[in-house]
Amino acid sequence: MSNKLIDLVGITKSFDGELVLDDLNLYIRENEFLTLLGPSGCGKTTTLRILGGFENPDKGSVIFNGENITQLPPNKRQLNTVFQKYALFTHMTIAENIAFGLKIKKKSKAYIDDKIKYALKLVNLQGYENRMPDSLSGGQQQRIAIARAIVNEPKVLLLDEPLGALDLKLRQDMQYELIRLKNELGITFIYVTHDQEEALTMSDTIVVMNQGYIQQIGTPEDIYNEPQNAFVADFIGDSNIINGTMLEDRLVEILGAKFPCVDEGFGRNKPVDVVIRPEDIDLLKPEEGTIQGVVTHLIFKGVHYEMEVMANGYEWLVHSTDLFPVGTQVGLHVDPFDIQIMNKPESEDEEAVSIDE
Amino acid sequence: MIRNFFRKFYLFFIFVLLYAPILTLIVYSFNASKTRAKWGGFSLKWYSSLFENKAILQALSNTLLIALLSALIATVIGTMASVALNSMKSKTRTFWMSMTNIPMLNAEIVTGISLMMLFIAVGNFLSLFGGSITFGFMTILIGHITFNLPYVILSVMPKLKQVNMSTYEAALDIGASPIYAFFKVILPDIMPGVLSGFLLAFTLSLDDFIITHFVKGPGVDTLSTKIYSEVRKGIKPEMYALSTLVFITVLLLLLIVNYKPKQKNNAKV
Repeated sequence: MSNKLIDLVGITKSFDGELVLDDLNLYIRENEFLTLLGPSGCGKTTTLRILGGFENPDKGSVIFNGENITQLPPNKRQLNTVFQKYALFTHMTIAENIAFGLKIKKKSKAYIDDKIKYALKLVNLQGYENRMPDSLSGGQQQRIAIARAIVNEPKVLLLDEPLGALDLKLRQDMQYELIRLKNELGITFIYVTHDQEEALTMSDTIVVMNQGYIQQIGTPEDIYNEPQNAFVADFIGDSNIINGTMLEDRLVEILGAKFPCVDEGFGRNKPVDVVIRPEDIDLLKPEEGTIQGVVTHLIFKGVHYEMEVMANGYEWLVHSTDLFPVGTQVGLHVDPFDIQIMNKPESEDEEAVSIDE
Repeated sequence: MIRNFFRKFYLFFIFVLLYAPILTLIVYSFNASKTRAKWGGFSLKWYSSLFENKAILQALSNTLLIALLSALIATVIGTMASVALNSMKSKTRTFWMSMTNIPMLNAEIVTGISLMMLFIAVGNFLSLFGGSITFGFMTILIGHITFNLPYVILSVMPKLKQVNMSTYEAALDIGASPIYAFFKVILPDIMPGVLSGFLLAFTLSLDDFIITHFVKGPGVDTLSTKIYSEVRKGIKPEMYALSTLVFITVLLLLLIVNYKPKQKNNAKV
């Protein structure tokens, strides 16, 4: 893709002696939709606040367009933020809210009026100029917050869980809306969320974070299909994470059964973590499967059935559009390329290893 | 039925006890007769003679000026202090909040005497360099600002805590300087608190006696100290009229303070 726009170098930050970010290195390209994804307390919001200028890192620097902006206050940065709680100015009309930044920059009235019209059109809220923020729904308020940020023509838009307070349907609509906005504006979006589905839907690049460390950086497909460690595998979607032994290249032993796979270079008889996505497990007749088990739980999820299958002492999570009632004897089969092998972490602490770039 | 009656009667009884003294005062302020012993018919003559009394009018203008200035200055300082307190970590904030509350809980007479001592001490110190402190308008003003401050802080703080701080950050984010963001975004949000703080300070300053008594100089009086010194010479009915006016002013201000936020809420719904 295009050039590096932002470079975070060795960012370390602690609050009250508690380390939140530890030597974080990350670059963001121009025109990229990058998502910082992780559970609460993983440091994703702190990273965003450091980018926005609301927190100063204890160590490290923020390079924007080749310029060190680590100490620059937020009002001097070409990055604009959309906050989680909308943060609209409640005593001003929608038009005044949007015009706020432009008035500070002493733009002409005609320019400001044009911009307000343009921004409202962009977020599909034409004619809302004279409404007050309180009279708008949550989704509408969030769109206004976006409009207020983008009229300032930032190079980067920072979004801090902007859809967190919206209901499911609205959230999905807004996801498409955001992708459209990003394409129309042609600017970089940095998005913070703990919702893996949101991240997978919208991002060009996902940065999975945990406990102040970056766990994996990659495209949504990479992150989903080839998680680099158990944390990523577990956090992104449901998965079966099972202890296994890599017998030789392309052959792994799981729970006493041998499964052909596509991974190489792990060595012989090496203990590994094996990740198998529930939708990648095929349920067959008992004699056709690699291992045999019995269905113990069954839940209808709408798109598919979610089942638990007890086989060789492990409860396998299986998603299938076919129904197998509880008690059915089944055979489990997994295609070689659907088996993801990961090195075992050396110790508990290494569950959260720092991976640079 | 009977229970209900007693409930209402009890309330009525309490309020009679509370307001009887003031009612008596108000009634007597309209008494044409000079003695308290008998009712000589309705008259406004004490009010008119009150407004011909130069010394009292001077005290009235002092009172209003001091109330206005001390409330204004206390509101400005108190609001700034609240902003600082609000940005502190909760432990430090609790400590400094208690520190600012002490003048409020302190017996007024202690505050009064200690202010007087302080002014004398500072005066002595200044005299080393040929300066001095005259007890008078300025010392009263400083005293009033001092005891008004905690009340302003107390009424601004809760509003400030309600403010969604990300609106302030949002203002910074789209280019506002911290000062501009404060005046455009934070201040409008906390304005009800600032206003009620101002009115509270104004009211407290208006009817303060004890602290004023200790920090005032000879010849400079506010209404309360004037009434006190007049009464010592012998009670004149003008003083009833004056007290009535002070009471009504304070009552009106208190009503404004208490009803203001409610109206705002109703308007929102």
